[in-house]
Amino acid sequence: MAQRKAFRWHIAVFLAPAVLVYTAIMIVPLFGTLNLSLFNTGEEGRVFVGLRNFATLFGDPRWSASFWNALGNNAWFFLVHMLVQNPVGVALAALLSSPRLRGAAFYRTAIFIPTILSFVIVGFVWKLILSPIWGIAPGMLDAVGLKGLFAPWLGREGTALTTLALISVWQFVGIPMMLIYAALLSIPDEVIEAAEMDGVTGWSQFWKIKLPLILPSIGIISILTFVGNFNAFDLIYVTQGALAGPNFSTDILGTFLYRTFFGFQLQIGDPHMGATIATAMFGIILLGVSFYLFAIQRRLRRYQF
Amino acid sequence: MSQARHSTARSLAAHAVLILYTVIALFPVFVVVINSFKNRRAIFADPLAVPTAESFDLVGYRTVLAQGDFVLYFQNSLIVTVASLFFVLLFGAMAAFALSEYRFRGNMLMGLYLALGIMIPIRLGTVAILQMMVASGLVNTLTALVLVYTAQGLPLAVFILSEFMRGVSDDLKNAGRIDGLSEYTIFFRLVLPLVRPAMATVAVFTMIPIWNDLWFPLILAPSEATKTITLGSQVFIGQFVTNWNAVLAALSLAILPVLVLYLIFSRQLIRGITAGAVK
Repeated sequence: MAQRKAFRWHIAVFLAPAVLVYTAIMIVPLFGTLNLSLFNTGEEGRVFVGLRNFATLFGDPRWSASFWNALGNNAWFFLVHMLVQNPVGVALAALLSSPRLRGAAFYRTAIFIPTILSFVIVGFVWKLILSPIWGIAPGMLDAVGLKGLFAPWLGREGTALTTLALISVWQFVGIPMMLIYAALLSIPDEVIEAAEMDGVTGWSQFWKIKLPLILPSIGIISILTFVGNFNAFDLIYVTQGALAGPNFSTDILGTFLYRTFFGFQLQIGDPHMGATIATAMFGIILLGVSFYLFAIQRRLRRYQF
Repeated sequence: MSQARHSTARSLAAHAVLILYTVIALFPVFVVVINSFKNRRAIFADPLAVPTAESFDLVGYRTVLAQGDFVLYFQNSLIVTVASLFFVLLFGAMAAFALSEYRFRGNMLMGLYLALGIMIPIRLGTVAILQMMVASGLVNTLTALVLVYTAQGLPLAVFILSEFMRGVSDDLKNAGRIDGLSEYTIFFRLVLPLVRPAMATVAVFTMIPIWNDLWFPLILAPSEATKTITLGSQVFIGQFVTNWNAVLAALSLAILPVLVLYLIFSRQLIRGITAGAVK
């Protein structure tokens, strides 16, 4: 190997298309957006303003009130997913993976169906079902004697956001279910048999043996949920419109970005403030992902079989 | 004997919970589809009843097909999804092969660079993407959407496929090299056919978000000629919001194609996931 090998062109050929498209359409615009947030429209075209857009976003009471409102709503949206979607997903996967369960394939396929539907379908379907005009939801509550509980949940400031979060949970519960299911199936039979020999069965087997083994998968699901939720837009836009009503109570960062960038009704679109919000979102997601990678993932113990 | 009875009770409980959740998952879809076949009065009088000879009515479907250009929207969605899928799978597999097969300087770094896109959503670059598409005159073309979705799908495709390609036997590839096959032939003839299950998994994971996306069609290609079915049905439903027959029919028409595709691919999807691709 004294002689230096010739440049291996085929490696470059294999890599080039993916790297070019990815760089040109994803990385460059991402940095373009970060860069755009440092400019604003002055009297003679675009002028460099440094961090002044961020000062406006966090300092100007009108902007900062909207921003913190959107961020707070987004945090609640994420919390509902973590508290409802992921535990339900894990529970369903645990049931599905129980040995000799008949019809597991059917359940799996059926429970995953909402996940493949678009937000447009999901949003409108639930809007119709929860609508007081059509009366499916009140009718069903009436049938079990709980009619008093019905309220136009999507139309009330206090309940709209939670209702939307639960609709989103309904839609996406299939993803944690599938990933956890795969993780549970990959636990070797010997481990389970050894546990059974020691008399660890049923619930305690799940808590003491299986759960620790699938923790890394739960970690990945949490971070995917985080990225997905802080990037959400479609469901809110479809059901509540870009104004995220009632009275901005369902406004999250995605709808706030859309409204700021493109303008809506009385508001004029502002690409620079839009870019500023996108940069703030980028920072939040980066913060969350790094927190996960450095603080949580390192502590997760992985077992090799 | 008591052991057996115990496990029967437990499996009954498991079935009960799973059936309950299946009903929760399917009920909304079921309600919309059955009501789309009923006349207006029956929709409101008894929303949970299946259509009978008396209440059966296709007026909603007639309105949808007469008003919206759904055939065109459907065609646009199909072109965008298939073209993006083709490029994601081809380019993704090529890059994954380079990363998993060859040792070269910067291999790790390149892998990390490409994986970055899994964590950072492409939407955050929308402002600059729109400016770029305006500058290059690609606004309101399907090309713009295909480009964006290809970039969006690549990171995950490269990540999953390179995991799989590490598992392809070296002996096989080396035997090919001894027989004088070029690296390109080895990739296309030997490796690609072997990772087909992984390709199917990537295809499903790539396809669903593209078909269902509302954000980029709304921003990059909202013109009548380039509307996708997702955007088309959103706009249509927005306009016909009080015509319940039409809304329900439009929703049913939007559900059907995805459902059929999913049922075709679902076996592959499960096999791909449980083979250990995404863990």
